[in-house]
Amino acid sequence: MAKVEMNVNGKAVAATVDDRTLLVEFLREERNLTGTHIGCDTSQCGACVVHVDGKAVKSCTMLAAQASGSDVTTIEGLAGGGELHPMQEAFRQHHGLQCGFCTPGMIMAAIDIVNRHGPDVDEKTIRHDLEGNICRCTGYHNIVKSIAAGAKEMGGSMKQAAE
Amino acid sequence: MYETNYHRADSLADAASKIGEEGKYLSGGQTLLPTMKQRLAAPSDLIDLSKINGLSGIEVNGKSVKIGAMTTHAEVANHSGLRDACHAISEMGGWIGDPHVRHRGTIGGSIANNDPAADYPSAMLALNATIHTDQREIAADDFFTGMFDTALKEGEIVTAVSFTAPEKCGYEKFRNPASRYAMAGVFVAHHGDAVRVGVTGASSGGVYRPADMEEALSDNFSADALDGCSVDEGDMLSDIHGSAEYRAHLVKVMAKRAVAAAH
Repeated sequence: MAKVEMNVNGKAVAATVDDRTLLVEFLREERNLTGTHIGCDTSQCGACVVHVDGKAVKSCTMLAAQASGSDVTTIEGLAGGGELHPMQEAFRQHHGLQCGFCTPGMIMAAIDIVNRHGPDVDEKTIRHDLEGNICRCTGYHNIVKSIAAGAKEMGGSMKQAAE
Repeated sequence: MYETNYHRADSLADAASKIGEEGKYLSGGQTLLPTMKQRLAAPSDLIDLSKINGLSGIEVNGKSVKIGAMTTHAEVANHSGLRDACHAISEMGGWIGDPHVRHRGTIGGSIANNDPAADYPSAMLALNATIHTDQREIAADDFFTGMFDTALKEGEIVTAVSFTAPEKCGYEKFRNPASRYAMAGVFVAHHGDAVRVGVTGASSGGVYRPADMEEALSDNFSADALDGCSVDEGDMLSDIHGSAEYRAHLVKVMAKRAVAAAH
């Protein structure tokens, strides 16, 4: 058994788990954070994307034990004070989801794209960087629109925060 | 995934002492963990190398380049000094997997696994790189010994790779449209006195150097110089993704594109 300690959405958590426990299993089954989804289970679909120490990773392809000592952010950690994160709001406004299964991973990937490329990220870059996230409903068009809009909003709120 | 025992090593010696007979070193885990999840591998122990000091990072001193084994693909892709010294290896790092995989996967893991479709082995051959381990230094030419096979001894750990930046280099790959793995990837490096070429993804023997292409390019470093070269279909992989004949054709096309893109 492995003793794991990490910060999940700002809260320190500790548990003793089977060594082979995947991070996604730990989040869903130990922490009841079921917003992070398991789609393909073969490291391709991106429904399980979370941020570990600020970087997007596939939580189905990392052991909980490997994440011990890290800061983990899941989709549940984005909204604050009853308000959606700007990227979540952008997906709502721009109809960036249909069935919604891929959406948590899409939004975590989207925020990572903005973190890496900034608020003015162009459409080509967004499409390229969604390579690790699969959606079977939308045809991606509205997801790309949502991310571009969410990026601009994030840029605006970053500026506001700086002021 | 079958049961396994996870250990986090705090030094190379600690890692080597824990590997045992049926253990596996764990780097980024982007190949090993999916393989274990499919029950295609069942190591008794996983020795996590990620917290060992000194195994990560990129040093560029003029033409001399050293990349720590635990350096991620994202770090290789985004290091400006490395891009200036050897742009093709940065581009290679940025074309592996997807952004999330690139945040975890490492150059050392890729090299130690020597998947026949992995990208880095072709760069190591073309760049005449040295593979550093916890025990010795191994020339890339001696390191890659066949599909999923390397010169690493039981328990030996890759710690870094180093090479001298070439005058010109280029990498092109034809990606499987579903998996994004290379169906043929060619790295060309012009070292001034000689040209070296590494081919991945295509051969049934794993990564290799095509002697006739190197000779032709050493005489005349241009895509046209490859017109007279031929790729033996008998050496190529053949599977549902592409026949040997198709892959042989791809190797030459990718080689020409890599030369055209080299600068």
